[in-house]
Amino acid sequence: MYPAQFEYHSPASVQEAISLLGRLKDDAKLLAGGHSLIPMMKLRLAQPKHVIDIRKIPGLSGIKEDGGAIAIGALTTHYAVESSSLLKQKCALLTETAGTIGDPQVRNMGTVGGSLAHADPAADYPAAAIALGAEVVAEGPKGKRTIKVDDFFKGLLTTALQPDEILVEIRIPSWPVGTGMAYMKFPHPASRFAVVGVAAVVTADGKKVGVGITGAGTKAVRAKGVEAALSGKTLDAAAIKAAAEARSPQQGFLANEFSWR
Amino acid sequence: MTTATRLFGSAIKRREDPRFITGKGTYVDDVKLPGTTHAVFVRSPHAHARIKSVNTAKAKSAPGIVAVFTGQDVQTGPLPCAWLLPGIKIPPRPVLAQGKVRYVGEPVAIVIAESAYAAKDAAELVDVQYEPLPAVVDCQKAHAKSASQLFDDVPENQSFDWSIGDKAKTDDAFKAAAVVVKQRLVNQRLITNAIEPRACAASYAPATGDLTLWVTSQNPHVARLLIAAFVLGMPEHKMRVIAPDVGGGFGSKIPVYNEEVAVCWASKALGRPVKWTAERRESFLTDAHGRDHLTEAEMAFDRSGKILGFRVATHANLGAYLSTMGSLVPSYLYGPLLSGVYTIPAIFCRVWGVLTNTAPTDALRGAGRPEATYMIERLMDLAARTLNMDPVELRKKNFIPADKFPYQTPVAFVYDSGNYGPALDKALEMVGYRKMREEQEKARKNGQYLGIGLSTYIEACGPAPSSVAGALGAQAGLWESALLRVHPTGMVTVFTGSHSHGQGHETTFAQLVADDLGIPMEQVEVVHGDTGSVPFGMGTYGSRSAAVGGSAIYTSLQKIKEKGRKIAAHLLEAAEGDLLYEGGKWSVKGSPDRAKAFGEVALMAYLAHNLPQGMEPGLEVTSFYDPVNFTFPFGTHIAVVEVDPETGHVKILRYVAVDDVGKVINPMIVDGMVHGGITHGVGQALWEWGAYDDQGQLLSATMMDYALPKADQLPSYETARTVTPSPVNPIGVKGAGETGTIASTPAIANAVLDALAPFGVTHIDLPLTPSRIWQAVKAAKK
Ligand SMILES: Cc1cc2nc3c(=O)[nH]c(=O)nc-3n(C[C@H](O)[C@H](O)[C@H](O)COP(=O)(O)OP(=O)(O)OC[C@H]3O[C@@H](n4cnc5c(N)ncnc54)[C@H](O)[C@@H]3O)c2cc1C
Repeated sequence: MYPAQFEYHSPASVQEAISLLGRLKDDAKLLAGGHSLIPMMKLRLAQPKHVIDIRKIPGLSGIKEDGGAIAIGALTTHYAVESSSLLKQKCALLTETAGTIGDPQVRNMGTVGGSLAHADPAADYPAAAIALGAEVVAEGPKGKRTIKVDDFFKGLLTTALQPDEILVEIRIPSWPVGTGMAYMKFPHPASRFAVVGVAAVVTADGKKVGVGITGAGTKAVRAKGVEAALSGKTLDAAAIKAAAEARSPQQGFLANEFSWR
Repeated sequence: MTTATRLFGSAIKRREDPRFITGKGTYVDDVKLPGTTHAVFVRSPHAHARIKSVNTAKAKSAPGIVAVFTGQDVQTGPLPCAWLLPGIKIPPRPVLAQGKVRYVGEPVAIVIAESAYAAKDAAELVDVQYEPLPAVVDCQKAHAKSASQLFDDVPENQSFDWSIGDKAKTDDAFKAAAVVVKQRLVNQRLITNAIEPRACAASYAPATGDLTLWVTSQNPHVARLLIAAFVLGMPEHKMRVIAPDVGGGFGSKIPVYNEEVAVCWASKALGRPVKWTAERRESFLTDAHGRDHLTEAEMAFDRSGKILGFRVATHANLGAYLSTMGSLVPSYLYGPLLSGVYTIPAIFCRVWGVLTNTAPTDALRGAGRPEATYMIERLMDLAARTLNMDPVELRKKNFIPADKFPYQTPVAFVYDSGNYGPALDKALEMVGYRKMREEQEKARKNGQYLGIGLSTYIEACGPAPSSVAGALGAQAGLWESALLRVHPTGMVTVFTGSHSHGQGHETTFAQLVADDLGIPMEQVEVVHGDTGSVPFGMGTYGSRSAAVGGSAIYTSLQKIKEKGRKIAAHLLEAAEGDLLYEGGKWSVKGSPDRAKAFGEVALMAYLAHNLPQGMEPGLEVTSFYDPVNFTFPFGTHIAVVEVDPETGHVKILRYVAVDDVGKVINPMIVDGMVHGGITHGVGQALWEWGAYDDQGQLLSATMMDYALPKADQLPSYETARTVTPSPVNPIGVKGAGETGTIASTPAIANAVLDALAPFGVTHIDLPLTPSRIWQAVKAAKK
């Protein structure tokens, strides 16, 4: 597998990376874990003339508490998420989700920021990010801005990021103690990507509910109908069944697109 | 040596493994020749199209480019199909497309540059104009008057219409039947996925006219014969083919491929070495695929459950051209297997070999035999359900009795030996069959769906007597060669015509030789895969290396010992008949001190100072062993699965395999083969599918889409053996390379359908994906 020729850049700061992006425009691609970009380059589905490797930029990885939220740096690997004791304690949904991604090699290289920015319709994090009501922090020439996850995924492999913006952080709001969270995934037997993945977050009192679905459409979506059907209910079998049937029909499932599987 | 320490039968660690697992193997891509150029192929993006023009001007002026050749330049003979069936049509398969392309991935041009990167860039500059034509990928649809035709002179895309068995007798059996089960069965297309992609490097020496080809081949001599004599038209002895370490074949490295010929031709044209290594996507698109049968099968029974007859009609998808063994696999490796392990008085099987706009098909682990076995074993389970019998009872009732061997089937084969009951009983005992059935009952009451699936299979290994192969259409013999060279120091080099691409010949054959000569294994070296040093041999496929290649070695061993005994008798001044060979020396019976060690005799053979009168010096023998029959391993596999009807997910809970592969030289290697084989067959049952869309685009063309089995999806296998030595070869071995694959697909399929029995689901096509299972359950619930 031989990618097309490209020039390699290794900026030392976010600002430097942003100015490179501004100068090179559409000819450039950021490189994080490389586990989505490099396969596409090897298949020559992507042929960027410039690759801007952001992995050497300090300060873009790590998981910390920050003003009531949890802040995860864009370059934090799936493995770091999976094994974070802070997340295990405060947001087990993310450790659980990260643990289902690909295999150990993928998890040791791939990054949270890369996964969200790539917006693969079958990626795992998007469902969790939606269920948790996460926010994405993007940095561009004009500084930082915060994007709500519901406004972030725009369609197949497209997000609200501008061409000269870098995703620097993802922020998870804090959920009360006792909140239940789970991610259930039906993995594709070859890639392990989600044929369908559902993340659910429900507070102990049942009042606040978040449900995200990935894999089933061109982008991950919030299951609004399910959320409405669940919130404030006692979650017995009947309520869950009714909620499952309340999934919104407008979500454009990729019906039969991969039916040969 | 005592039997306890015999090398034959010992689980000795593979001596080749340290080399492989430390990355020190030498594969084709590791061959670095001075002045090497790198080739990339421009391939058709269309399944079927006329080539209007090929413009190479831009590519030829790209940086680093050495040459670009198209079908107009590379004029050679067509790639051969080496098995001729009566009336077969073999349309010419050009090395580079001539005027038309017929499958996605077919090579159109070869681009050669100073580096692989430069070649790849330049290949994108080759401008090919196509006029797309309608494509046909389904072999039943292709076999129709109205179907788009691949070749003007091949109507209905039919390459052959082949049959075996007695039609009239079989029709009569169905008339007399009390119960008939009938099912349309799909053996889906599979893609082999050897871990090492195909590769080739050719080096032509203009000064001498010698051509050397390093190639990922399972049968280097056959490759040399076909490429030199039939495609390039050059003297065979001026070509040397080396198949060094090869990372898996599974059948896909038997055929002669376009790229191998193209690099030879180009090296000759350029006077420089030319090398090509497939990208994984090229492996998916252009390695010979396997299976792809659509079959109508029906079996007739009397009221008691005795089989009366078996009728089969199969459309076999040959792909766009006939691959080297493309016609053999769905005919003689398929029809003659249809008796399975059962007494079936009448069988008739008809096969249409059909051309379609897909990659050519050829052998894939099991090659024809898994297709047959899947069908028989699925029908046995369907029949058990119809007859309301336990699938075990139905099988036992129809087994060929142990006292009926050698057994003549109605479809050509004579089974060498067999004893099917004990293998089945052992498997039942291991799985705890009765208890399992009870657990299944209980689980069903709790809404859990367990399934128990059996497959009692037969396999035909070690092809074949050459005279029989010739009568059936083979354009080659099927014997094997072995050159044993004893060096003056008593060291032994074995040159075998078999080829190891993962099988472990360097260990197994050294064991065989050291055991027979009573010398340490360290004194034995095994060489294979080089036509420059090994006598003409047929290579490795069809689980034939031990049975045929091993027997060739054994034959040479006996001849070596015969000469050695003469020398020893002469030196000991004893009569030959009074000598005993044991523990690596010849001694006079009754006086063990009067002895000559193997090494002493070897030395004298070369010193030649004191040899029996008239004896030639030296100690080396070449044998060509032609088997008298196939060998027929058999066994019982039992799978226990749990199916979740809500998601269609299948979990394999247990897998029991009892195989009878005759005598076993190295049980660890055989276990490895069985494990790998089972896994391969599970892949076909549950996940793998080389799926084309209607336009002939391969949908599963990457590892992200084509679902190979992974360790965490599989249980720990429980394996055991019974041993029924083969009487047809001197070492009593049968063959173990494909048994697992043949047995496991039906075992899993039967288990899944057994699990779904409460829903009334009787059949789902392979692969049994969650979506298919879920839909079948949903449909049955309506
Ligand atoms: C075999 C395999 C199996 C996989 N299985 C799964 C799976 O089961 N589930 C799953 O979710 N994923 C899976 N993946 C994808 C994996 O998680 C990738 O790591 C992830 O999608 C991309 O992250 P990355 O850091 O590797 O990004 P890269 O590949 O480096 O980049 C991906 C894209 O995002 C852009 N980008 C990267 N970082 C930033 C940033 N900070 N700001 C803006 N743009 C950015 C890049 O320019 C590029 O366009 C799998 C991948 C492989 C190879």
